[in-house]
Amino acid sequence: MNRFARNIYAYLDERFKFEGLIAYSKHKKVPEHEYSFWYYFGGISLFLAGIQIATGIMLLLYYTPSIDAAHESVQFIMSSVKFGWLIRSVHSWTANILIGILFVHMFSTFFLKAYRKPRELTWITGFFLLVLFMAFGFSGYLLPWNELSYFATRVGTDIAGSLPLIGPWLKTVILGGPSVSQATLSRFFWFHVALLPLAAFFLMAIHVLLVQTLGMSVPIKIKDKTHKEISFFPDFIYKDALGWTLILVLIGVVCVFLPWEVGKKADPFTATPLGIKPEWYFTFMFTTLKLVPGHVLFFEGEQLVILAIMVGAVIWLLAPYLDRKAARDKPSPFFTWLGIAILLYIIVLTVLTYAVPRIGQ
Amino acid sequence: MNRRRFINLFTGGSFAATLAAFLYPVIRYVLPPKQAEAVQKKVAAAKVGELAPNSAKIFKFGSTPAVLINTSEGKLVALSAVCTHLTCTVTYETSTGTLYCPCHNGRFDMAGHVISGPPPKPLEVYDVEVAGPDIFVAKRG
Amino acid sequence: MKETAMTKRLIFLAALTGLVLLPAAVFAQKNSCLECHRGLDAELKAPAVGFAGDVHQEFGLSCKDCHGGNPAQDDVDKAKDKTFKGAPKRAAIPELCASCHADAAYMRRFNPSLRVDQLSQYATSRHGQLLKKGDAKVAVCTDCHGVHGIQTAKYPKSQTFPWNIPQTCARCHSDAAYMKPYGIPTDQMAKYKESVHAAALFDKKDMSAPTCNSCHGNHGAVPPDVKSIGSVCRQCHPSTGDLFAKGPHKKAFDDMGLSECEACHGNHKIVPPTTAMLGTADGSVCLQCHDKGSKGYAAAGELRTLFDGFESRVAANAAVLDVAEKKGVEVSDPVYKLKDVNTVLVSAKNLVHGLSLPDIKKKLAEGDSTLTDVEKAGQNALDEAKFRRKGLIIATFFLALFGVALFFKIRSMHKAG
Repeated sequence: MNRFARNIYAYLDERFKFEGLIAYSKHKKVPEHEYSFWYYFGGISLFLAGIQIATGIMLLLYYTPSIDAAHESVQFIMSSVKFGWLIRSVHSWTANILIGILFVHMFSTFFLKAYRKPRELTWITGFFLLVLFMAFGFSGYLLPWNELSYFATRVGTDIAGSLPLIGPWLKTVILGGPSVSQATLSRFFWFHVALLPLAAFFLMAIHVLLVQTLGMSVPIKIKDKTHKEISFFPDFIYKDALGWTLILVLIGVVCVFLPWEVGKKADPFTATPLGIKPEWYFTFMFTTLKLVPGHVLFFEGEQLVILAIMVGAVIWLLAPYLDRKAARDKPSPFFTWLGIAILLYIIVLTVLTYAVPRIGQ
Repeated sequence: MNRRRFINLFTGGSFAATLAAFLYPVIRYVLPPKQAEAVQKKVAAAKVGELAPNSAKIFKFGSTPAVLINTSEGKLVALSAVCTHLTCTVTYETSTGTLYCPCHNGRFDMAGHVISGPPPKPLEVYDVEVAGPDIFVAKRG
Repeated sequence: MKETAMTKRLIFLAALTGLVLLPAAVFAQKNSCLECHRGLDAELKAPAVGFAGDVHQEFGLSCKDCHGGNPAQDDVDKAKDKTFKGAPKRAAIPELCASCHADAAYMRRFNPSLRVDQLSQYATSRHGQLLKKGDAKVAVCTDCHGVHGIQTAKYPKSQTFPWNIPQTCARCHSDAAYMKPYGIPTDQMAKYKESVHAAALFDKKDMSAPTCNSCHGNHGAVPPDVKSIGSVCRQCHPSTGDLFAKGPHKKAFDDMGLSECEACHGNHKIVPPTTAMLGTADGSVCLQCHDKGSKGYAAAGELRTLFDGFESRVAANAAVLDVAEKKGVEVSDPVYKLKDVNTVLVSAKNLVHGLSLPDIKKKLAEGDSTLTDVEKAGQNALDEAKFRRKGLIIATFFLALFGVALFFKIRSMHKAG
């Protein structure tokens, strides 16, 4: 068996010239310290994204992006296609798990100040990847064309439409028309399977390349202490694989006992169901909009919130450049507290949305 | 066999088994299911000549009943047979040329409009297409 | 600014027109009745306030059209002139309303499709007859329609809108103390509220569902006598009536002078008919006439057995599908088929009125074949649920094995490194 494997390797190596790659990977080291647990979340995100691509491609085999057939095709997948229930449930559950993991990944790198020089671009591409994946979630949510998806899309695009100046134009571009319709479904499908994957692929390529080139960032506290190092290949990979295996078990259990529902087919003429809200990862912004009073000083409440969120996002994006202390490898408690505040804000408002369902009414 | 080789074999073997366990559903998924299409948009309701003028036939359209009518003028019309009042199945009344619901006296015309009785909404009208010896009924639009 | 002679003339003409029109405008709006009564309190203020929402006011009528008087006069004595009638006595109200509402030519000016026979109908009603005899406690026009704030029966807040009618009638008819002299029951409204018709009207908002006036009439209200109950019900349940008329019960009921539908279904508290009404056990309506040993008794037992068997099969299937759904299997198709079976059950229950056992058996047989399909689908769903759990265990087993292998591999590398 071994000789056979060696022959194959020799054949490929003559043609692909692996030597350089092997040498590099043998030398690549990953630090091991009290915080290195957080290193795994990037790999988990990549793994989950891979699952999404695989299950997404499978779903493409039976899904039809037409308002007359979308819901029916999803019901068909759930009831008649062998293991269709599994593929679809994995796709829907993993989407939510992935976004949750992305938030963990983002906040852990923020608190460990991994964004400091020279890793600013890793942070920037990472931020835009989060935005892309939330767009994946938003566009994918409409595709089953059920009641919840239709009205959640309507509510979400209404908020986009309330942006100052560009709002109405932006809403029309997103919807492909004045309201949620076949044009919207076609457009969201295009976003979900073509445009966003292409953009995500390029950003992920840059992001992973940077991580590979620069190696893992070591927190400022640990930096000067001596710490262990393990080789990326194969030690870290095996540890990665163990984490991925555990996640797979979790996904399997959840999909068998809590398969994703098909829901009722969207009917634009029925009234909006009470308590309609977007998916959980948007709820912190949604609930903020509901809580803010109609007018604050001379600003319209909603516009003020949107402005505040955009300003917050820009500050978050530019953290590597704003955090001067971290850039000099100095402790930066201000930014740590800022991160804690934003994290608490997101958690509290998300929990509030579900704990007090009729909030703001 | 030393410890190292055993662990390697164990790892490789369990990986292969896991991979197989994952490949099995993927292959079953890709192989076409028995019911080939998701949406039954078109149904063969009857054969040409099966219905005399001024008679009708109830048939299954998807999972709901529908009615195919050959009117007294010889025109073929198809509508949903689910009464919009309380979902009883309507019947074609030859004496009046209308669709009648025996549950609470609802009455519909050949265009699905409510002529009398409690039904609040009209019946959905379907498209009729004759292809060869078969009469096909399909959803509109 | 140059003012031409022409401009000056136009201004003068405008002022003159305004001056002439002004008093007319003032007089046209002047209603001293409303102005004065708005300043009074409670009972005397109510008419002025309520009239703003009255349908008569929308058509340009006002206080003087019913009460007389001169609304242009501010002085109360001058306003209450010779034509002033004041508040009419209860017994005079029907004639007062009919002074317009029975005049076809007059009513045509406002609403040509409105009926003008209310007074003549009222004369035939129990209320009208008692009023003629001098009983002023009975309902007159204003008791049902309201008085200052009358709206058409199409307006949801009107006292005569379908879902408000039971309350309107019950104001008197559920008042035991008020109704004492008449010796009739006062539980009709309470009974009606428990009926399937009330559920259709109040819960499903089905405006075609019957309320008091649908069966009793509104202006000519009289409880239908025994012979006409069947005709009343047939207005909405014609197929049932047809079946009954063709069956063996019709002659028997007619000979005995029994009211057709009411004998088994009641009148106000009409509940959804269940198979508990059939058969030979307690609660069955058949036992009212058919004694043990009679042909009817045997037929009743046979019917009950037929339906019980069918219903229990439906219930069993529904339970299986419910379990499968809770286990996560997609069963919307068989659930829908089961609804079809329910339609068969409703048709079969309707056929009971014709009492033709072969017809009923044939109808139930249609449902039987669908039930077989549903049973198969339900069993498949349960099998699928088992298959999924088995598959999960296998996959988790292999993953766990792999995980354990990795764990040892990592440990061995740690030791080596």
